[in-house]
Amino acid sequence: MTTSILSRPIHPTGLWAWLTTIDHKRIGILYGVTAFIMFLSGGIEAMYIRLQLAAPEQELVSPEIYSQLFTMHGTTMIFLAIMPMGAAFFNYLIPLQIGARDVAFPRLNAFSYWTFLGGAVMLKSSWFLGGAPNAGWFGYAPITSSAYNPGHGIDFWILSLQILGIASLAAAFNFIVTIINLRAPGMSLMRMPIFTWMTFVTSILLILAFPVITVALIEVMFDRFFGTNFFNVGAGGQPLLWQHLFWVFGHPEVYILILPALGIIAEVIPTFSKKPLFGYPVVVLSGVVIGFMGWMVWSHHMFTVGLGPVANSVFAVTTMAIAVPTGVKIFNYIATMWKGSISLTTSMLYAIGFIFLFVIGGLSGVMHSSAASDAQQQDTYFIVAHLHYVLFGGSIMALGSGIYYWFPKMTGRLMDEKLGKLNFLLVFIGMNVTFFPMHFLGLDGMPRRIYTYDSDMGWNLWNAVSSVGYLILALGVLILIVNIIWSVLSGEKADGDPWDARTLEWSMSSPPPEYNFEHIPIVHGIDPYWEQKREGLSTVPISGGSGDDDSHGIHLPQPSYWPLLASLGLFVSGYGLVYLSSSIGLVVSIIGAAITMVAVYAWSFEPVNDPDEGEGH
Amino acid sequence: MIQMKAKVIKGARILQEAVTTQHGTDHEYTTTGLNHRKLLMWAFLGSDCMFFGSLIATYMVYYGKSKVGPFPEDLFSIPITSVSTFVLLMSSMSMVLAYAAIRKGSLKGFRVWILSTALMGMTFLAFQVFEFYEFANHEVHFDCSQVGTGNLSAFEESFQNECIEGVTTVDGIHDSDGNNLTGLTPKTNLFGTTFFTLTGFHGAHVTLGVIWLLSLFFYSFRGGVTRERDLDVDLAALYWHFVDIVWIVIFTVVYLFGVFPGFPES
Amino acid sequence: MWLMGYRIQSKYVVVMAFLFLLVFTGCTPSHHMSTFDTHGPVARSQLVLFYWIFWAAVFVFVTVSIALFYTVLKYRRRSGDPDPPQIHGHTKLEIAWTIIPSIILIVVAVPTVITIFDNANSPEPSALTIEAKGHQWWFEFTYPHPEEPDKKVVTANELHIPVDEVVNVNLESKDVIHSFWIPKIAGKVDMVPNHTNTIWIKADETGEYYGQCAEFCGVAHAKMKFRVIVQTKEQFEAWLKVQALPGLESADPLAVEGRNLFEGDARCWTCHKVEGSKRSRGTTGPNLTHFGSRNHLAAGVIENTQDNLRKWIQDPESIKQGTIMYRDAQVYTDPDKSLTESQVSALVAYLASLD
Repeated sequence: MTTSILSRPIHPTGLWAWLTTIDHKRIGILYGVTAFIMFLSGGIEAMYIRLQLAAPEQELVSPEIYSQLFTMHGTTMIFLAIMPMGAAFFNYLIPLQIGARDVAFPRLNAFSYWTFLGGAVMLKSSWFLGGAPNAGWFGYAPITSSAYNPGHGIDFWILSLQILGIASLAAAFNFIVTIINLRAPGMSLMRMPIFTWMTFVTSILLILAFPVITVALIEVMFDRFFGTNFFNVGAGGQPLLWQHLFWVFGHPEVYILILPALGIIAEVIPTFSKKPLFGYPVVVLSGVVIGFMGWMVWSHHMFTVGLGPVANSVFAVTTMAIAVPTGVKIFNYIATMWKGSISLTTSMLYAIGFIFLFVIGGLSGVMHSSAASDAQQQDTYFIVAHLHYVLFGGSIMALGSGIYYWFPKMTGRLMDEKLGKLNFLLVFIGMNVTFFPMHFLGLDGMPRRIYTYDSDMGWNLWNAVSSVGYLILALGVLILIVNIIWSVLSGEKADGDPWDARTLEWSMSSPPPEYNFEHIPIVHGIDPYWEQKREGLSTVPISGGSGDDDSHGIHLPQPSYWPLLASLGLFVSGYGLVYLSSSIGLVVSIIGAAITMVAVYAWSFEPVNDPDEGEGH
Repeated sequence: MIQMKAKVIKGARILQEAVTTQHGTDHEYTTTGLNHRKLLMWAFLGSDCMFFGSLIATYMVYYGKSKVGPFPEDLFSIPITSVSTFVLLMSSMSMVLAYAAIRKGSLKGFRVWILSTALMGMTFLAFQVFEFYEFANHEVHFDCSQVGTGNLSAFEESFQNECIEGVTTVDGIHDSDGNNLTGLTPKTNLFGTTFFTLTGFHGAHVTLGVIWLLSLFFYSFRGGVTRERDLDVDLAALYWHFVDIVWIVIFTVVYLFGVFPGFPES
Repeated sequence: MWLMGYRIQSKYVVVMAFLFLLVFTGCTPSHHMSTFDTHGPVARSQLVLFYWIFWAAVFVFVTVSIALFYTVLKYRRRSGDPDPPQIHGHTKLEIAWTIIPSIILIVVAVPTVITIFDNANSPEPSALTIEAKGHQWWFEFTYPHPEEPDKKVVTANELHIPVDEVVNVNLESKDVIHSFWIPKIAGKVDMVPNHTNTIWIKADETGEYYGQCAEFCGVAHAKMKFRVIVQTKEQFEAWLKVQALPGLESADPLAVEGRNLFEGDARCWTCHKVEGSKRSRGTTGPNLTHFGSRNHLAAGVIENTQDNLRKWIQDPESIKQGTIMYRDAQVYTDPDKSLTESQVSALVAYLASLD
């Protein structure tokens, strides 16, 4: 019956267990660790940038290397650090929060991680294979065409983004189905934790936004590989088409980065205030509205390209309008703390820091939304300041909050609070010292993406301050690393519910058993575990009360080799395609594609569980 | 604490002895009652809509913007493409019949209809290959007396300089090596670039669909397709119908808009 | 508790005061590219709008921050606290904080839209129109010829305009996307291939202003600058008249030798144009007809002195890395053809004589 070429992997521990795992918790940890390493590598790229700009007219790196540095810094932080760090939390938490034993498609989940890893390694390897991409993370045509960019850097950029896109899509499909279909009985949509809600909205944005960048990248790739004319100016190609496609993807992408952060904050604040989230339906609705309106504002990245006053006015107004649901969320978070019983743990400090910094980033965002005044700000350091307040002050602060909050759940140990507070303080101060002066630099006329500046421009002081800020920030991150390693090894043991929290993931031991829930729980409200603890509304089903048929025991999907192999094939063919112009490249890309096809074929014929054990059904 | 440990051990034991269903996902409890895989397929099709939407948008942005020919009106043959469109539409119907057959448990009926669907898909692909070949080898033929009368297309008019003393008809334009210079390739102009990319990706989707249908056909001989597992067929059918619908849009936007006067000029 | 709250709040005021101090030390109008020192109506309208939104933002920021910190400090947990009241929401309050931001945004949106339209439409479409074209990595400016309508006057990297007059600029690009930005006179508009944009500018004081490419355009993007030289109408017209003349034929023997080199073995003529010369008709590089009259060279990077010019010709990489001249010209790519000291001196003499 079985068509498996390889027998089912059965290793419970060790390297093979991790390579073939389809346990969402292990995949979550893999995602998290990889993303954190990528975050550090993006930080090292930033270090070179800050060193180069610390003083005027420095020649630490050449202009060409500098272009590669800022391109890789942006691409790394967005696609390899913040997005997968969000994915790490999705993976680990969503099944726990909705009362499920795993995601809907565990093997697809494994495939998503390994594909992501392949894409990440491929992009980073470009540093050692003749030069990294150098056209900015936005890669505006026609500077990405072979005429202006003959090296392989752009090819690495295109193909690794395509591979990363496949990974993100696979994960997003999985979470959409998981959230719709695997909620425990009683968990209606309007009882889902906010983090789950935001994951759901993010996943929908992902599956709708990524195909657009896929097409845009295909167009550039065909231009480079096959001499098509998409962005060939001589044949009438329109560079602005790239910008439209890129930002139709790129703006939802911004919300893909920030909505999970808003979700994390909505979990942390109620727990440490001992109050339910203020205005739950409004917070859900505003998240959905943000996700929807994220599609109507893309041209605010293009206010200076000459779309005309009508388009600029429309996009200015829609952009301002998106501040309303964002503001609503912030007000609701503050109202949640109002009259609460707030304990200032590191996680909570990060959450409060998030609100403070995200408000600054949001307000400078409103400043650019005014297209006319944006004409002075566009492509200056004012934008760099804004985007770092949103992505660092927003996303990264929230992820930091999430790390401190869920770390005991994931490892069974608490993180050290003293180190934690020092870590928060340094990151918070470092972040402001690094990025706040960039507002001044921008308004003082310093353009983005310049590798050096003359000493008489008046930009010396604030650039130096900003570089000092980087050191403080780096020290803060270093303490975070120390704290994580120390806490994993010898942190204080945590029980299942160290924070007196509210949602289902805290109702089990820390770390959770492999099967998560012994019984699929029954949900009576928005904060099911809190209600169980305080009001005695038990989430444990009376025998036979849940959808899970206990007489069959606990069904857990089994590990598989195929997702890993399918990802490996994509990785191999990605390298082949970069060198497509040579015959070896062609052969390698065909071999890679063949590996993926065989793996996918074998995968689709491999039952979720080994049939030998299941014929009785 | 001890109790918790006991639970973990019990869980591990249960895990080892897990009694499982062969195709767990088909019969598992779900919140909505919808099957996971079906939901996944719908989500995928939504995503694929954005994929084709972006390709079609690119085509439309560049519609009529090519600086050199050949142009759509030089190449498209609506009758021929209508035939292949009709074949693809009919394949959707036979796909419906294949699904109906497996729902009734008629394996024989299923095999007949799924094979005919796949064959019609292949017919469509053959038409597409033929069409691509024809376009790439397009030649201009016209009578020099027609120059300037309005009977020639803009592309043909662009070769009026060929009508020198003593030349009455132009029969193809070739370079010194005899290569045809009037074919359409992805490199020729914006029309070639966008046309081949859009229809090529659709063709790739059809090819994938044909492989899927044939896999189901052959799998049915090994007992893999049964009435209980009609979902496998259902999913293939969903995909197939989607690819079919996308073609209707492409046929309208690319072929009909491209040829008939009065359709919107961009 | 209350007392502590007040004490912390006064600290907070100090922090806020410090932040404001920072904000104002950030506004340094004396700097070359400061957006706070406006010298034209377009930049001024953009700054007025900026201040308008800035103060609205400060208001929101202060309000939210006070609410945030007050809440955090007042409701800190003390040991033995019972569970706080489980408040799930307050509809009226939530409606209020949906509507109030909306009103603030309308206050911002109305002047925004007005300014967008004001700045988009030239008040005098028939005024002097200049073509500006971005190249990797320099700017080309084309003026209408003062006497003969079918001829053009081409110059590079220095844009002369008359004071107090509207000037329309058509923006184009030769290769990749660039952006045209003169911070003190007008916000930027991009130069996009196959997509001509227009911008109108007006300067209300004579002088020299900094301009820079603001869209990443490749390796030398940081050094793609230009200057705007605002002159009185008489000065401007005199300048344009001179620019419309062909390049001077100098009698200085060194300059003659330089010209022969320029139009001969050094092959400068393949890319550069000098009006009046039969040989030098290239258009890929800047037009050098009146090179000697320019204040800067290498696209606004250094002053146009004989020493700098010598350095530039000898080793362009030392002044601006990545130039196409250094990449393509055979005097740099072919070691056998590289220029000798005396050849460089001749070229410097020739170029300096072109004023």
